[in-house]
Amino acid sequence: MSLMNNLSTSMISSSSSAFLAPVSFNSSRTQSVTVSLKSINIVKCVATPQEQQTAAYKTNVSRNANIAKLQAGYLFPEVARRRVAHLVKYPNAQVISLGIGDTTEPIPDVITSAMAKRSHGLSTLEGYSGYGAEQGEKALRAALASTFYGNLGIEEDDIFVSDGAKCDISRLQVVFGSNVTMAVQDPSYPAYVDSSVIMGQTGQFQKDVEKYANIEYMRCTPENGFFPDLSTVARTDIIFFCSPNNPTGAAATRDQLTRLVQFAKDNGSIIVYDSAYALYISDDKPRSIFEIPGAKEVAIETASFSKYAGFTGVRLGWTVVPKQLLFSDGFPVAKDFNRIVCTCFNGASNISQAGGLACLSPEGLEAMQEVIGFYKENTKIIVETFNSLGFKVYGGQNAPYVWVHFPGRSSWDVFSEILEKTHIVTTPGSGFGPGGEGFIRVSAFGHRENVLEACRRFKQLYN
Amino acid sequence: MYYSQFLSHVCMPHAVLSPPKRSWNSSESNAGRRVGHWSKVPRNVNLEKLRSGYLFPEISRHESEHLQKNPGASLIRLGIGDTTHPIPDTITQAMAEHVRGLSTIQGYRGYGAEQGNMALRKAIAGKFYQDMGIKAEEIFVSDGAQCDISRLQLLLGPNVTMAVQDPSFPAYIDSSVVVGQAGELEEETGKYGNITYMNCGPENHFFPDLSTIPRTDVIFFCSPNNPTGHAASRQQLKQLVEFAKANGSIIAYDSAYTAYIRDGSPRSIFEIPGAKEVAIEISSFSKFAGFTGVRLGWTVVPEELKYSNGFPVIKDFNRIVCTCFNGASNIAQAGGLACLSTDGYQALRNVIDYYMENAKILVDGFEPLGLKVYGGKNAPYIWVHFPGSNSWNVFSEILKKTNIVTVPGRGFGPAGEGYIRISAFGQREQILEASRRLKLYL
Repeated sequence: MSLMNNLSTSMISSSSSAFLAPVSFNSSRTQSVTVSLKSINIVKCVATPQEQQTAAYKTNVSRNANIAKLQAGYLFPEVARRRVAHLVKYPNAQVISLGIGDTTEPIPDVITSAMAKRSHGLSTLEGYSGYGAEQGEKALRAALASTFYGNLGIEEDDIFVSDGAKCDISRLQVVFGSNVTMAVQDPSYPAYVDSSVIMGQTGQFQKDVEKYANIEYMRCTPENGFFPDLSTVARTDIIFFCSPNNPTGAAATRDQLTRLVQFAKDNGSIIVYDSAYALYISDDKPRSIFEIPGAKEVAIETASFSKYAGFTGVRLGWTVVPKQLLFSDGFPVAKDFNRIVCTCFNGASNISQAGGLACLSPEGLEAMQEVIGFYKENTKIIVETFNSLGFKVYGGQNAPYVWVHFPGRSSWDVFSEILEKTHIVTTPGSGFGPGGEGFIRVSAFGHRENVLEACRRFKQLYN
Repeated sequence: MYYSQFLSHVCMPHAVLSPPKRSWNSSESNAGRRVGHWSKVPRNVNLEKLRSGYLFPEISRHESEHLQKNPGASLIRLGIGDTTHPIPDTITQAMAEHVRGLSTIQGYRGYGAEQGNMALRKAIAGKFYQDMGIKAEEIFVSDGAQCDISRLQLLLGPNVTMAVQDPSFPAYIDSSVVVGQAGELEEETGKYGNITYMNCGPENHFFPDLSTIPRTDVIFFCSPNNPTGHAASRQQLKQLVEFAKANGSIIAYDSAYTAYIRDGSPRSIFEIPGAKEVAIEISSFSKFAGFTGVRLGWTVVPEELKYSNGFPVIKDFNRIVCTCFNGASNIAQAGGLACLSTDGYQALRNVIDYYMENAKILVDGFEPLGLKVYGGKNAPYIWVHFPGSNSWNVFSEILKKTNIVTVPGRGFGPAGEGYIRISAFGQREQILEASRRLKLYL
């Protein structure tokens, strides 16, 4: 169970220590990393060896066939596993993690002091609170409504506070059930596809095209401005759309989102709009799907404090389900979402919610903007580095991700090469779908000196 | 727990026994014309099978309505099992310290392992599973048992059959319906067609007669039991494990109330030899540490537990945890670690003693009234029998006449009919006052 052990070590929680000493690696090292794509992608979950299997007791419960469809471990633990394996191989390597999009900068004081206060309060009669509303604390819901949806007609009770977007994506899938079809961008954040497989919405994985049957993959490439040609997209019940996009960094324009909303309306589809990176937008692109007229009748929006406030470990997010969003029989989606939230969840941690409320105070908003600004500066440095090396670089303007093109190359190969030669962890584009092949995602979270050091190493490798 | 205004007239709890009706605000005008945009996305048929809101928000709704009608009422809440006692200082201080650390470079933590902080997993193994051969790697930290029950159902999928105790914590059945395992609701019995209900009552010492139970893939078993308060004996659990083994079933053992056991009954299913091959154990810091709002729990999936094809259940559970979850809050986990320190644990035992003293007061209050009272000895719940009654009516009467919120037994399953669950959480004065009011009323 070494995989389990690796997953459970604290090395996974990636608060980077300071890598101040320059790495001395031999850039002329010609060690080539030839790892076959298939053997990397497929993590064989090997059960006990045959001779033990006959003796070991088995229940009579069938394994869930849907989970068996999943081809490999979830992408990010895979990347983490490789990082750990690399450190085992090179114990003294100064590994820099620009892979998993994990925030690194401390949470501003104004936010943590609110959480500390709430913690202490739990030890007092007046300050103690037990179960909270599953939908979230009223004050936080109200603050989210006014901060992000002030003039968009989204009300406090349309907002459901969560322990993060990833969890809400699965809860949404539970609401929708197994008999809906879905479309995703290709490439996209793996949780949409993986949760769909687990729910039983998909067919088998088709190795030749690297796609699950029954999912509509909407190719997003530099050629189409990372917005799908909707005229070629088949109707599905649900459309997952992430903007600014993880991993490509592309932020959809008002015009594009208007077309998306119209497409959903014409087809009677529901958009699940992932706005986790909205505050990274630098230009005038829409920050919420609800900026588009008519969106309330066709869209759900999910969002997160993870990348705004460094809450990746604190766990807090929200989902907006407008009252106007109805199933085909007229039943409000929000009622079913509420039922799932009440049955399958018990609310986000009250301490995290206290932190969320502080995030939305004027001081908190300002503090979050500073942290976001810091990561945006990191992004700029990375973009400039790859530009200067002659790469085609995408993203990085409106998101903390840089999407670098390595035409004709296997992204897991490039990932391995970069890791081997520069001790930098990135994320291979194919982990986000077949449309990610030939790309590497570099995330811009990290201490400034690590980002600068990483860029130095990239320059050395690719010059 | 509050219920959004626009949902408040929907889902009467006793709708379980009445014919289904379209009780939502469909966007149809009086002329029957569709108003507004309707998507073409079909509603999940599984959710249609849930005839009422989840039990505890329903209780909240009744409470709110009662308060609206009686604004000055001095309400005593012995309904939802919500902890009331402040969390001991040593634990909140640990959380506050961790939080302050998040504002520093050395103390900042981003994503944690989805399975939980290793130090906490080790502490749980050491504190609760010493000598049972459960390893830290087999422990998955969660944001609470209710969430893990649903993750477990997602793991198991729609094609497994399940058995529950009757009565039982509603999340087992509701999550089973949601995932598509449960079949149709039979209006006359109030039971779902594909679920096996294992009657647990005074007549069988709150342990099902397993000889009458058909094989199911999964058996949910809660001990000490919510709502009856019964803690299964070693003998009973041995039978259960043997039954599971003989049938190739998996026991999903809910041990959320183990800390309340006073009489030496087993505190973990893994005290029973052979259980590691047939059981998953779900537990929680909620009632143990007052973490109902902080959100922390854990699930044990032994490596020995295998599907029929030999595949280890733990690998799939891990996949679910990595895909559908992103770990419990690191602040809650810091608190959890402090709960398991010597000082923390002792402080929590004092709080539990406090609640159990409440329970004793309530039990002692009922007995002279000639009512059969169960539980209250190994769990913070008292299960009171009102023979021949409709429990929702008794619930309403008690609420109206004494301003005490309880939970009608029927909410926990058909075999809960005729019972009322009273929880022992609350401030001592309120418990004493409640006991006084109940004596007067009854």
